[in-house]
Amino acid sequence: MTTGLPISTILLITGFLLALIGIWGMLTHRNILRIIIGFAVMDTGLHLVMVATGYITLGTAPIIDKALSKAEAASRAIDPIPSALVVTAIVIGLSVTAVMLAYAIRLYAAKKTLSIDAFTESKW
Amino acid sequence: MMRHVLVAIVVVLFGLIFARMVGGYVELEALRPLAEQYVTRAPVELGTPNIITGILITYRGFDTLGEVAVLFMVAASVGLLLKKDDAKASSSKASSSKASGATANVSGPKTSAAKPVLAKTEAARAAAARTAAAKANASARAATASAVAVKSAKVAEAAEDDEAPRREPSEIVRTGTEVLLPLIFTFGAYVIVNGHLSAGGGFQGGAIVASGVMLMLLARPGSTLNVALLSIIESFAGVFYVGLGILGLILAGGFLDPRFLPKGEFGAFISAGAIPLISALLGIKVGAELSVIIDRFRS
Repeated sequence: MTTGLPISTILLITGFLLALIGIWGMLTHRNILRIIIGFAVMDTGLHLVMVATGYITLGTAPIIDKALSKAEAASRAIDPIPSALVVTAIVIGLSVTAVMLAYAIRLYAAKKTLSIDAFTESKW
Repeated sequence: MMRHVLVAIVVVLFGLIFARMVGGYVELEALRPLAEQYVTRAPVELGTPNIITGILITYRGFDTLGEVAVLFMVAASVGLLLKKDDAKASSSKASSSKASGATANVSGPKTSAAKPVLAKTEAARAAAARTAAAKANASARAATASAVAVKSAKVAEAAEDDEAPRREPSEIVRTGTEVLLPLIFTFGAYVIVNGHLSAGGGFQGGAIVASGVMLMLLARPGSTLNVALLSIIESFAGVFYVGLGILGLILAGGFLDPRFLPKGEFGAFISAGAIPLISALLGIKVGAELSVIIDRFRS
């Protein structure tokens, strides 16, 4: 099945849509866990966008093997830098999510609720 | 309602930005100069078929070290955030058990005598810091607290009884775990040590190992993870990682340069200098760290 769009554009649209869903979820929900889930969804969408920007028309994974010789690599491999950076981004996203969840547990211990409306101290 | 309208406006604005970005994006036809440099030089200079691993571990090795430091920091901070509760709970448990122990020793009518003693010590502590009114309050509170403690000790015992025969995992889960765990760990080890040859690497393999640990903890809720041992393993992996980086500084071109070991045959298992070693250390470190984080989140 062929759509008129190039693959990277489809990936970009998917990623940006996920990011929008995440932003919407973060801003509308009042439950802290749902806010964290919204953040994770947005994070995933942005990772997709980053990977998509590294795609080169008709490119393949930058791994030298039978299918991709060293000489061909420069012309047929995709841009490896975004892929390498996304590994970093995923790890950092996981770290941020873990710290947020830990704080959610602490907040729940303090107020026995996960609704963000209960935490008015830092509101202005 | 007002808020939803505002949120909708924000999301639509973001959507406009994203739409413009998608509209203006032109798919690359050729590699950017830096990427071309990496793609042509990584296989020749480093002898690693997987160019992304070469970038992660060598060209951007310092970034990776920083990333590992971030992971370590997260494990430490999650421990700090979630540990306090444990300490508080255990101390309150200890005090309640102490109180129940005291009341158990002095049985019968003496329980009423034990209460004032406890109340007095509490009150004395409070008196050092606060006024007489606060003292009265505290002693009253302490008296009621110790009275409650006897009850709560019983309740706590009942609660522990509830916890002790925690529902056993079902046969399917248990057998599935027994079959799957070795496979998952083997696959994780394979992904870690195969990182320089094909898709994989330390982070990915470490995450797979940690997912195996997660399955283990889900299937056996009562089992404990040896966090101290994992911390030691993880610390040593980190030290060796930095040590390899310094070896690269002394013997080869710079910090984290893996070329101080022979490059070997291109595509062979033992090749690409120190990249497999660094990758393995990275995998061990990430696997241990994620396991510790998972363990911290258990109640």
